[in-house]
Amino acid sequence: MSQPAPQPPAPEASLVLDEQAIDRALRRIAHEIVERNPDLARICIVGIPSRGVEVARRIASNIETFEHVRPDVGVIDVSMHRDDLRLRPHLPTVVASHLPPDIAGLTLILADDVLFSGRTCRAAMDAIASFGRPRRIELAVLIDRGHRELPIRADYVGKNLPTSPAQRVYVRFRSVDDSPDSVWIDKE
Amino acid sequence: MSAKPKAASPPLAAPAWTRKDLVAIRDLSPEELTLVLDTAAAFKEVSAREIKKVPSLRGKTLVNFFVEPSTRTRTSFELAAFRLSADVVNISATTSSLSKGETLKDTARNLEALHADIIVLRHSSAGAPLFLSQRLDSSVINAGDGAHEHPTQALLDVFTIRERLGRVAGLHVAIVGDILFSRVARSDIFALLKLGAKVTLVGPSTLAPREFEKLGVRVTHDIDSILPEVDVVNLLRIQHERQRREYFPSLGEYTSFFGLTRERAERLKPDALIMHPGPINRGVEIDSEIADSARSVILDQVTNGLAVRMAVLYLCAGAARPKPS
Amino acid sequence: MNALLLRNGRIIDPANRRDETADLAIVDGRIAPAIPTDAQFEEIDCSGLVVAPGLIDLHVHLREPGQSAKETIATGARAAAAGGFTSVVCMPNTSPAVDNPSVVTWIREKAEREACVNVFTTGAITKSIAGEELAPIGSMARAGVVALTDDGHCVQNHELMRRALEYARMFQLPVLDHCQDYSLVGKGVMHEGYWSTVLGLPGWPSAGEEVIVMRNILLAELCGTPIHCQHVSSGGGVRLIREARARGAPISGEACPHHIALTDKSLEGYDTNFKMNPPLRAEADVDALIGGIADGTISILASDHAPHCGYEKEVEFDMAPFGIVGLETELGLFIDILVHKKKAIDLPRLIAMLTVEPARLLRLDRGALSPGAHADVTLIDPNLEWKVDPGAFQSRSANTPFAGWELKGRAVRTIVGGKTVWAA
Repeated sequence: MSQPAPQPPAPEASLVLDEQAIDRALRRIAHEIVERNPDLARICIVGIPSRGVEVARRIASNIETFEHVRPDVGVIDVSMHRDDLRLRPHLPTVVASHLPPDIAGLTLILADDVLFSGRTCRAAMDAIASFGRPRRIELAVLIDRGHRELPIRADYVGKNLPTSPAQRVYVRFRSVDDSPDSVWIDKE
Repeated sequence: MSAKPKAASPPLAAPAWTRKDLVAIRDLSPEELTLVLDTAAAFKEVSAREIKKVPSLRGKTLVNFFVEPSTRTRTSFELAAFRLSADVVNISATTSSLSKGETLKDTARNLEALHADIIVLRHSSAGAPLFLSQRLDSSVINAGDGAHEHPTQALLDVFTIRERLGRVAGLHVAIVGDILFSRVARSDIFALLKLGAKVTLVGPSTLAPREFEKLGVRVTHDIDSILPEVDVVNLLRIQHERQRREYFPSLGEYTSFFGLTRERAERLKPDALIMHPGPINRGVEIDSEIADSARSVILDQVTNGLAVRMAVLYLCAGAARPKPS
Repeated sequence: MNALLLRNGRIIDPANRRDETADLAIVDGRIAPAIPTDAQFEEIDCSGLVVAPGLIDLHVHLREPGQSAKETIATGARAAAAGGFTSVVCMPNTSPAVDNPSVVTWIREKAEREACVNVFTTGAITKSIAGEELAPIGSMARAGVVALTDDGHCVQNHELMRRALEYARMFQLPVLDHCQDYSLVGKGVMHEGYWSTVLGLPGWPSAGEEVIVMRNILLAELCGTPIHCQHVSSGGGVRLIREARARGAPISGEACPHHIALTDKSLEGYDTNFKMNPPLRAEADVDALIGGIADGTISILASDHAPHCGYEKEVEFDMAPFGIVGLETELGLFIDILVHKKKAIDLPRLIAMLTVEPARLLRLDRGALSPGAHADVTLIDPNLEWKVDPGAFQSRSANTPFAGWELKGRAVRTIVGGKTVWAA
């Protein structure tokens, strides 16, 4: 039975991905990751707070479901490493980072909900550098909405979403936001 | 059935910290205290990394202005600043022009003219950090002002308690020693009460006067009766210097009535914590072996002090930023 | 002939037990016994105003010689006039101290030339106000001091104080004492109580004042010399003075406006404009002080006008000097609090406490509107609402805790020797 329509987060926002679409996208990403990284012991899926943590968790669960091995999951706090603190209206909340003890031989797959300017990803890579030097870093995102300000690209993309820079993109997860999984975009 | 109507979610990061200064625990709400502790927990992890640095305060200048000398606290603030990538300058009373008769206000304004973003001040006059915070745009952090407050010490004390015992609310904490002249005691009292702990002060009646009961704590002069009841015992350093000579006759008498001896330590609950802001006088307020025992978290306090100070610098520097136009 | 006619004011002259609406004539600097019919008068309409004898403040620091950055005799006198005071008694803790007749004469001559109000001098009890040796009290008496005091300090040696009292009695000089026991008070900078505990500042216990009040009562009784306790600030002090006066001891006490307007809670922000000696105390002390004023235990009111430069006060709390200016806010605060808000005393009693009482203590030929008396007159509007503005002070200094206060009651004209020296 299909779920009832979720509440829009903003008056004129329209639904881009519903729960089913998100689920499919994250399952596909999980398959792609396994395809490129057959040795699951050598990867760690690192969520970027706050919703990236949920994306990482779901990808890891999906991998476990069809490979029967759960890869390592970590968290990397980027708020201490951002380069644009002066420009933000609020000082972001810091959370503790958590990575495997020795990342030298590992492939870290950063996970986030939305890729936009690329600065969050840059900050995450900066933060990782203070833990050590991983073998490789890859990037998985649920939504790529374009408008990069740095030369950064995602390795795994749930959906490409053309937007204008001023439009807001909203991601909701049931477990975080107490509302059904959904992705919305403001009316143009 | 549709989900309950809900307003748009609030922005993900909306902390309650808007203060450019940290002058007194007494000014903070319990929510602000908790925010500092949570932030400190995140920063504690930085000190465990290979490269113990984050760029949050890169390009910012921190001045350690220690009019009253201290090596431990100053070093802790210095390291906290380095870990946040700030530049640090250390000034003491003798190296500053205070010794030449320059007023505190003029010295600080000179520092501000050099674009010092954060001034960490330790001073023997109560109210000196408040005085500066009202006159400078820089952030002012109180590292101890006379007998008034030592906010970061109280923050690291409650952080340590929370880390070890999982909570602060509902715990019973004893603070032992020279309460009257102690800024640590005052800050601890305010922090513990705001977080819902019960506080008992212990010491000779000259140094732990009943007057303190008006703050909402108990006062007792009988340490033996209170030890089995507490979850935490925080020992303050005691000295028999000139100014205290009239308050108690000798260190020997103090130890015999108020020292945490081995016998007394045995009467504590098995998972009670033993704390001390340092530096410890072995054999006086605390028995030497007890200071090194498993229940002593004295060294944790030092480690946590660094994390707490990083959190405080991060939050206050963040609140002092010029707002976006 | 120089003639001034004050028309239709409420004349309150406690010395002559007078409180009625009438006209008052001043001729050639003296109160005229009757209104002369043949004179050309300058007329001043005093309807709605109180016509009082010129007010006397017997506790003022004019800071000269030696501390003229804070205040001068000239500026202090202008501040007094602006506050409604026609006579002030200045304290001897200057640089050098007023501990010998030449300094007394220096001050009197300067005041004669530059002060727009009457300036009376006091002499120190001890040389250099050091509390060790008697100052040349006889010579200072001859030079014209009206009282002796070590104000700012307090003679700790009781034997020395006793001998000073005995010696002073020869010259019929009362002694004004700043009651403070140094060992009990120690480094105290504020009242010892809940707030000193919270703020971590060393406390100044009431006992530190009361111990000396008691000392003074006993010595006054022993020697027969009147002692006047300056700026009584504690309930215990009021009680001791009340009991002593009941048995006829020659002891009196004064109260300052800040001790009835503020409590130690004001120190919460470490603002040095609330740092005084004796310090602001607790609510109970304020109530006891007001009660003491109401029942006559405290018989004199004064300001303890203590100017300090801005940069001197703008330092760490325990390093700041004690004291606040008071001449220009004194009357407003007393009327507003004692008469209007607390209804502790009525206007005639208030005026008596600022005229008859200090004049009697110091045997001054002032404080009354008797025929032939010096024409020192203060016109008061007891209902005028005004706001304290330190920027408008006549005093050289502005160290006041009352900035922005809205008060009801103010002097509107100050007349010294028949001449208006200040008008609102």
